[in-house]
Amino acid sequence: MADLLEVTDLHTQFFTRDGVVRAVDGVTFQVAAGETLGIVGESGCGKSVTALSLMRLIPQPPGKIVKGSIMFDGQDILKMDDDEVRGIRGNNIAMIFQDPMTSLNPVLTISRQISEALELHLKMDKSEARKRTIELLELVNIPSAKKRVDDYPHQFSGGMRQRVMIAMALSCNPKLILADEPTTALDVTIQAQILDLLKNLAREFRTAFILITHDLGVVAGMTQRINVMYAGRIVEKADTVELFANPKMPYTWGLLRSIPRLDESRKAKLVPIEGLPPDLIAPPPGCKFEPRCQYRRDVCKEKEPELKHVPGSKSDHEARCWGTQEGGWLVDTDWKREIGDTRLLEAIKQETASVTATPETPGE
Amino acid sequence: MATASTTQERSAELNVLVRKQRSLWGDALYRLMRNKAAVGGLIVIAAAFIIAGFAPLFAPYNPIEIPQNPASQMEPLWTGSKYTDPRYLLGTDFLGRDIVSRLMYASRVSMVVGFIPTAIVFGLGVSVGMVAGYFGGWLDQILMRFTDIIYAFPDFLFLLIIVASFRNSPFGKILDGLMLIFVAIAIVGWVGVARLTRGQVLALKEREFVEAARSVGAKPSRIMAKHLLPNALAPLIVTAAFAVPGAILGEATLSFLGVGIIPPTPSWGQMINEGFPLFAANPWAVLLPAICISVVMLAFTFVGDGLRDALDPRMKT
Repeated sequence: MADLLEVTDLHTQFFTRDGVVRAVDGVTFQVAAGETLGIVGESGCGKSVTALSLMRLIPQPPGKIVKGSIMFDGQDILKMDDDEVRGIRGNNIAMIFQDPMTSLNPVLTISRQISEALELHLKMDKSEARKRTIELLELVNIPSAKKRVDDYPHQFSGGMRQRVMIAMALSCNPKLILADEPTTALDVTIQAQILDLLKNLAREFRTAFILITHDLGVVAGMTQRINVMYAGRIVEKADTVELFANPKMPYTWGLLRSIPRLDESRKAKLVPIEGLPPDLIAPPPGCKFEPRCQYRRDVCKEKEPELKHVPGSKSDHEARCWGTQEGGWLVDTDWKREIGDTRLLEAIKQETASVTATPETPGE
Repeated sequence: MATASTTQERSAELNVLVRKQRSLWGDALYRLMRNKAAVGGLIVIAAAFIIAGFAPLFAPYNPIEIPQNPASQMEPLWTGSKYTDPRYLLGTDFLGRDIVSRLMYASRVSMVVGFIPTAIVFGLGVSVGMVAGYFGGWLDQILMRFTDIIYAFPDFLFLLIIVASFRNSPFGKILDGLMLIFVAIAIVGWVGVARLTRGQVLALKEREFVEAARSVGAKPSRIMAKHLLPNALAPLIVTAAFAVPGAILGEATLSFLGVGIIPPTPSWGQMINEGFPLFAANPWAVLLPAICISVVMLAFTFVGDGLRDALDPRMKT
C-alpha cells in the first residue's frame, strides 16, 4: 500500500536563551493509509513536538522546523503556504489533544465547536452542520446527543469531553488523526472505553492514526507498528507483536520492565529506568541513552549507533544500539532475566542523586 | 454492552440530562436581575433614555428660544418663594428659559456622549489589544509603545488640550461640538481597553482550546473573534459599564469649563456653567442639572457593579 504520510529526516528545534533545543532530531517514519502507528517514549522525548510538526503547529518563535520533509498524500506540508496548511488541518489531518478539560472552549457550546471544522472545510450551513454534529456525537456514543449538543463543556465529564474531542477530529473524515496522549488525563476505566472507541473508529472509517503515548500498555492492543522515541530520535521501530516479543534496545527493555504485568506475582517489583533524560541542548555525543544504560560499553560513549536492521528478526525491525547489532554483546541477552551490570546500575543511581540533590546552603 | 445501554436509557428516564440547562449568559442575566441596585440603575437608565428620545414630546417649552417677556431666575414651585411662576415647574434660567425643558434636552447630549465614545473606545481598544496580544513580537511592541505614550498623558489634561485646540476649527463645530467631544474622549479612553484586552489575550492564547482551534484550520481572525473575544468579554463588559459614566462626566466637566458643547444647545454641564455666576440668587439652576448628572452616574455605576458580580463566577453567591 502506498504510504499516506512519509516523514523524512525531520528536525524541529527550539531557539531558547540557553541554546538550541533539538526536540526532534532526524526522525524518519511512514504511515500507510488506515494504519495505526504508535509513538512511545518518556516525557520530553519529542513525541508531541513530532505531532505538532506534522500539522505545522509549532509555536514560532521559538520553535522552527529546520530540516526534513513531510509528504502527505504526495504533497510536502513543509513547502505549503499558510492557507494550504489551514486547508489540511482539521480536514485531512486532525488532532486529538491530551487534556479534554482544557482543549474545549469554555464559553462555546459543543455544537458550535464541532461545527467549526464543518463550516470551514465542508462549507456546510448552520443546520447541516448541526445535523452532522448530532450524528458525530452519536458516533462517539454520547447518550441523548440531540439534547446535549447545546450544552457547554463544563456540563460534560472528562471522558465525555474526550469523546467530544474525538467527534471534532472525525468531523471532516480526515485521512489521518494524531492522538496526542488521548487517555492520559482520564482514569483507567474511561481510558479503556476511549481506546476501544478509537480502535473501532479506525477500523470502521479506515482512518490512519498516530497514537502518541508514554504507556506501552496503551499501544499494545491498538497499533500495528510502534516507534520508540528517545531524546528526539527514533531508537527502535518494529511491528507491535515483534516489539513486545523481541525488543532489541535497552531503552525499550526499560519501558517494558516498568509496566505492571498480570502474569507476574504480585510481589514482583517494577524496575524503573534509572537516571534522567538527557539535556536536549547539549545531548551526549554518543548513544543518547548511554548515560542511563546498564549495558553500556566504551563504544557507546564515543559514537552514536545507526538505526539498523536487527539481525535475526523480521525485516522491518530496526534498532539503534551497538549491543544488538551484528556482533554486538547484547544479541542473545534475555531482557526479562538479565538486568545488566548491577554495579553500573548503582553508579547511575548515585550520579542521578548527585545531580538532582539541592546544593546545601552554607552557614546553616 | 447491554448493561451500558440500559444505564444510558435510565439516566434519560431519570431526566438528569433532559433538564433545561441555563447558558452562561442566561445565568449572568439571572444574577444581574437579582441585584436590586443594578435593577434600579437599569430602570433609571431606561427612563433617561425614554426622556432623551422623546424630549420634543415631553418638553413643555423650547429649550433654546428666549421667551418674549421672560421671567428669568424663577425658582422651582415647591420652594414657595415669591420668585416662582406657575408655568415653570422647576423655574427658569437667567434668560428665562424653562429648566424642565432644558434638562430634558440636555439628557440627549449625556446619553449620546455616554455611548458613542464608549463604542469607539471599545472598537479601537479591543482590536488593537487583540492584535497586539495574539500576534506578539514586533507588532505588539509597536502597538503597545504607542498606547504607553498616550497612557502617559494625564487623562483630563489631554482631553482639555484636544478639545481646546480644535474647538474653533470646522471639525469642532460639527453637531455643536459633540463630534469633537466624541473623538477626544475616544482618543483618551481606548488605551485602557487595549491594555486590558491584550492582557486577557496573552493569558488566553496559551490555553489548549486555542491550539485545538488552530488544529482545526481556523484563521487567526476567526480565532480572535470566535474563541478569544467571547472568553475575554466579561471583564470588557464591566469596563464598558464603567466607561459610560466616565464619558458622561467628561462631557459635563468640559461643558462646565466652557469648552464642551457650543452654547445654545443645552447640556447638564453647560447649565451648571451658566447658572454658576448667579448661584447665590438661584441655586436651583445649578443644583438641578448637578442632581441629574449624579443620578445617572450612580445608575450606571450600580449597573456596572451588578455586571461585575454577575459575570464573575467566583463572586457567585
